Amino acid sequence: MLNIDLQYFAQLQDAAGRAHEIRTTSAPTAAALYDELRDVYSFALEPACMRVAINAAFSPWEQPLRDGDHVVFIPPVTGG
Amino acid sequence: MADAPVDITTLRRVLLVPEAGGFCAFEGWVRQTNDGRAVAGIDYSAFVPLARTEGQAIVQEAKQRFAICHATAMHRTGYLSVGETAVWIGVAAAHRDAAFSACRYIIDEIKQRVPIWKKEHYATGVTEWVPCHTR
Repeated sequence: MLNIDLQYFAQLQDAAGRAHEIRTTSAPTAAALYDELRDVYSFALEPACMRVAINAAFSPWEQPLRDGDHVVFIPPVTGG
Repeated sequence: MADAPVDITTLRRVLLVPEAGGFCAFEGWVRQTNDGRAVAGIDYSAFVPLARTEGQAIVQEAKQRFAICHATAMHRTGYLSVGETAVWIGVAAAHRDAAFSACRYIIDEIKQRVPIWKKEHYATGVTEWVPCHTR
């Protein structure tokens, strides 16, 4: 099992009802972790319209997670 | 990334280099309507560490792609009322073509790539995350 440091923004933060959590998971990748979280929080956003940041860098969805990783799922950005 | 208003004169001063003969700036302001709805303000949130590195990468790309001397960009976080400046881009170049092009490039890339999200506060009291960009 891995301990993952999760931070939520925008719609995901509202749906999760929190900005931050440390989650113990067996999900091997960010993609699998997002699937797991969708079951918990009913996230409406499809991964196809999002990106993921691992340790504050954009990363592939299939990158293997390591214990202690900081993960942020990035909803469609709307700055400017 | 700034969580309070930034003095534009200070940002601009950094770009005043003797090699430059032209300067181009873009300011993005909070507009009073969106999609026909009256807007009171916008709450900007950001994943700041990544927003900062991605913003710096965009400015570096602009320096490689266009013949410019210097460029800088600022984006606000927090609650902004109608008329406040949410984003500021400044580019100094020897000639105007490169300054205009680089300025356009930087704002377009910020809107596509930098992890910043706006929650609109409507005059009715309702708040909503803007789902995605309408260009």
